[in-house]
Amino acid sequence: MNHDAYGDDYIREILHGVKSIAMVGASPVNVRPSYFAFKYLAQRGYDMIPVNPGHVGKSLLGKPFVASLLDIGRPVDMIDIFRSSSHIMPVVDEALKLMPLPKVIWMQLGARDDAAAAKAEAAGLKVVMNRCPKIEYGRLSSEISWMGVNSRTISAKRAPMPTRGMQLSLNRMSVGGGETGASDRAAKNKSDSA
Amino acid sequence: MTDRLPGFSTLAVHAGAHPDPTTGARATPIYQTTSFVFNDADHAASLFGLQAFGNIYTRIGNPTQAVLEERVAALEGGTAALAVASGHAAQVVVFQQLLRPGDEIIAARKLYGGSINQFTHAFKSFGWNVMWADPDEIESFERAVTPHTKAIFIESIANPSGSITDIEAISAVARKAGVPLIVDNTLATPYLIRPIDHGADIVVHSLTKFLGGHGNSIGGIIVDAGTFDWSKDNKYPMLSEPRPEYHGIKLQETFGNFAFAIACRVLGLRDLGPAISPFNAFLILTGIETLPLRMQKHCENAKAVAEWLLAHPAVAAVNYAGLSGDKYNNLARKYAPKGAGAVFTFSLKGGYDAGVKLVSNLKLFSHLANVGDTRSLVIHPASTTHSQLDDAAKAKSGAGPDVVRLSVGIEDKDDLIADLEQALSA
Repeated sequence: MNHDAYGDDYIREILHGVKSIAMVGASPVNVRPSYFAFKYLAQRGYDMIPVNPGHVGKSLLGKPFVASLLDIGRPVDMIDIFRSSSHIMPVVDEALKLMPLPKVIWMQLGARDDAAAAKAEAAGLKVVMNRCPKIEYGRLSSEISWMGVNSRTISAKRAPMPTRGMQLSLNRMSVGGGETGASDRAAKNKSDSA
Repeated sequence: MTDRLPGFSTLAVHAGAHPDPTTGARATPIYQTTSFVFNDADHAASLFGLQAFGNIYTRIGNPTQAVLEERVAALEGGTAALAVASGHAAQVVVFQQLLRPGDEIIAARKLYGGSINQFTHAFKSFGWNVMWADPDEIESFERAVTPHTKAIFIESIANPSGSITDIEAISAVARKAGVPLIVDNTLATPYLIRPIDHGADIVVHSLTKFLGGHGNSIGGIIVDAGTFDWSKDNKYPMLSEPRPEYHGIKLQETFGNFAFAIACRVLGLRDLGPAISPFNAFLILTGIETLPLRMQKHCENAKAVAEWLLAHPAVAAVNYAGLSGDKYNNLARKYAPKGAGAVFTFSLKGGYDAGVKLVSNLKLFSHLANVGDTRSLVIHPASTTHSQLDDAAKAKSGAGPDVVRLSVGIEDKDDLIADLEQALSA
């Protein structure tokens, strides 16, 4: 795997395939990038698990913090590591103790540890380094295009509706109970001529 | 695994645009609206806090504008772009992110006269100082570097002289000085030259010219190459330091390789206000779809006109880098192998008076202060675009008193030559 340039299909397959993501280094402080990414991915339907020993007992957007990957207590598909490069290896070592093994190790924007990546790949995991899953999701969905960012994708297909099609709304203001002045007059004319 | 990369012409038509998810509209809709409804209070707060991607208010961004931004970013090979009201606005927004009072930029002496004015007068009033250097003498850039230098600014093809700048050589100076290289790529367009491929960190354009291409809309754009580390040495605190108005977010840490474009939007455009109108964004976007076709024709016509002028007995000199004997022909072959653009100058043996007479005798060339229109244009820079410069600066920028500037359009070249012939013999 060339970790200097990932193909879009590689990233797309990972983001499409994983359902649960443990975020190591998730912060409850709402101006930290880890908080943005956690919230964004939770809103996109991922089962998010915040991992941070400093915040055990608290929760992040309703999800309780756990101290380490080994405390999650259920299978997890992807480990998203929000730590600097020098702190990656212990997290990967811990991830490789999980049973079943996670499918993906993802190191956040700015983080890269080639030795840790090689170790995870040798165990059959996929690895992404120095990328943000929020940015990659936004790019491959073209949502990030709203910020003038080059998604590096093009399409002549209609994109999925942001919601699941037009939905019945109970919030629309009604004007005239569905009848118009003209329909009232037409009804009157009809009864007059009868 | 590698992705197949679409070609330039495919990107010129498709990048940034896809069928509208709600209506299915295939052409990019003009979102002529000031504001955008939030989903709920949390969504509003997320947008204002830069936590979610989306639209708030057209001064900061608009979906039509966003398609234009992504398209130009794709054509230039950048990570992101920000469209603004004009090329001048693009320059102010760029430098507002980089400079504090007392800081310096090094700028090529051969620039569009309006840029020379902006740097000399407006920038001076902000406390931003400009050191001028000669793009024909790379060492002059090295000599101008001081501890206060924050950026280097050049034009890829200089206006009005049509000379080609050695982008790679100047990029090496910028790298050594630890500052970004900013390239105004207006006259080349990414079809002829992609400055990022040659070491530029930021590209700016007047979209008004060849990109829009039809002389109907003013606009500018900033393209972030994603190549510069803004946090190194803490020289660019707008990008590396916590932003108080965004609750302490650090832009480079949060947005990575498109942080500069985000800074230009959420700090520059937000506070300075030069938003492009959605309608102008739409017209320019439509123009870009035919950019490759138009540039081929512009270059073909310009070369034919330049060659014809060179052979004319009334002409003293033609400065067109596409001519084999031109001083800049080697640089043109390296940087712009598809053509040396369509803006160039020439001088008449009859000097200033003959130049003025020629301009007034032309019937097909429009006498006006613009370049990069479908129509052919002519101007006498010394009395117009460069009139506010002193004589020495005029000469140094390639706009001496005997110089006439052409912007060759996409009409039939025989008609353009016939018009020049009648005007020179009248």
